[in-house]
Amino acid sequence: MDAVQTPKQPLTALRRKDLLSIADLSAEEILLILDTAEAMKEVGQRAIKKVPTLRGRTVVNLFFEPSTRTRTSFEIAEKRLSADTLNVAIGTSSVVKGETLVDTAMNIEAMAPSMIVLRHSSSGACHLLSRICRAGIINAGDGMHEHPTQALLDAYTIRERKGRVSGLKVAIFGDLLHSRVLRSNLLLLTKLGAEVWVCGPATLIPPGLDRLGVHVTTSVDDAVRDADVVMMLRIQLERMEGGFFPSLREYFTTFGMTEARVSRAKPDVIIMHPGPMNRGVEIASEVADGPFSVILDQVANGVAVRMAVLYLLAGGVDHEATA
Amino acid sequence: MPVIMDADRISRALTRIAHEIVERNRGVDNIALVGVRSRGVPLAKRIARALAQITGDQVSTGALDITLYRDDLMRHQVGPQPLVRRTEIPFSIDDRTIILVDDVLYTGRTTRAALDALIDFGRPKAIQLVALVDRGHRELPIKADYVGKNVPTSQQESIHVRLLELDGTDEVTIDRAD
Repeated sequence: MDAVQTPKQPLTALRRKDLLSIADLSAEEILLILDTAEAMKEVGQRAIKKVPTLRGRTVVNLFFEPSTRTRTSFEIAEKRLSADTLNVAIGTSSVVKGETLVDTAMNIEAMAPSMIVLRHSSSGACHLLSRICRAGIINAGDGMHEHPTQALLDAYTIRERKGRVSGLKVAIFGDLLHSRVLRSNLLLLTKLGAEVWVCGPATLIPPGLDRLGVHVTTSVDDAVRDADVVMMLRIQLERMEGGFFPSLREYFTTFGMTEARVSRAKPDVIIMHPGPMNRGVEIASEVADGPFSVILDQVANGVAVRMAVLYLLAGGVDHEATA
Repeated sequence: MPVIMDADRISRALTRIAHEIVERNRGVDNIALVGVRSRGVPLAKRIARALAQITGDQVSTGALDITLYRDDLMRHQVGPQPLVRRTEIPFSIDDRTIILVDDVLYTGRTTRAALDALIDFGRPKAIQLVALVDRGHRELPIKADYVGKNVPTSQQESIHVRLLELDGTDEVTIDRAD
């Protein structure tokens, strides 16, 4: 009998009920989600874009902040997997009558959904619900903390275009202070071995950012030079009360991504933006609509990545076995 | 690990199945082969090669991943959750005779999932089923049209199909499960 070396079993499931942050995930788990998303993308290219995988499961989309892209993307992903979906939006919910987040969640939980997709303006809202709910919690953006599915779809888009993430120079521009998209992306890109540069006005650079293993600069030229990926962050106009820069016009002149600046990146650079875009503030229209832009690919890939997350979390733990 | 089929035996079985397909369908017009991932895929390609040798006609092949159609996915897990891979059917299945190819036919549940998955791609004229090994113990009313080898088994035994393309060797073994 040959001595057979048992190979290490490759990871095929997320053994967790929640997706709260990229910080929780190993590089192997991230790659499993991206690989699964490839199969999910194929489902979205069929004539009948629906598989029966989550039949009989209910997913509640609980959005305490306005969102078009993310909520629509989750809802399409849920429907393509045959889950029953339900949207609770802040304006029409009991929250306007003064109900707390925990009470709202406990009431939804009592109706036994399988999963809750939560967006909330407070960092940590998803962690709070994950401790009190039996349903799986998926973070669709919590305050200034994380937006893990956005970072996953960004990584998917980079890998689809470049074949890899590791070793690429990824330059990220914009509001480094308030952005949960930035935080999730920094964690993910460094876990997968990218060389990450971040650039923004000094007033929007949080202290200690350099300790996350990224290059921090206020020079657009240094950041963009030979970049494989240029990722723009939204200037969050609603959070700009603090006078972080003199005017939007000046911001665009100093930090806006223009064709001239893009020309200093690699010739096959890709331009990304998580949306919604402020044209003429962080990005010029010619760049947003230009040949290097993959902004609409990001949106399309978001559905596949969210299908992968829903599938992997649903199979990871048998939520209903104890119900 | 008693070997019940070696490389020669597998090759002869696939050639015989190719002849049976030609005989039953009076040629290979309007036929396509779809392998069930993983091991049905190389088997489908081998049968397509045999069909090309017999008839001189190329037969399209595709790959079907049935993971999203399984009936045990969300129940108490039998084994580890399988990795989902791409389904690749680069042709229309409408009004074609589709020959579904799998390595082992056992409970019939994989075939049930494969039929559901296939029908989401269109409306084939007919679906026929190839199994390299039929080991019995059906739990659903499903029957193969072409069988490489019928192997009476007990439910404590397991059948392992290894193929050159994926496993580096061609053989079918029967093992006592622990």
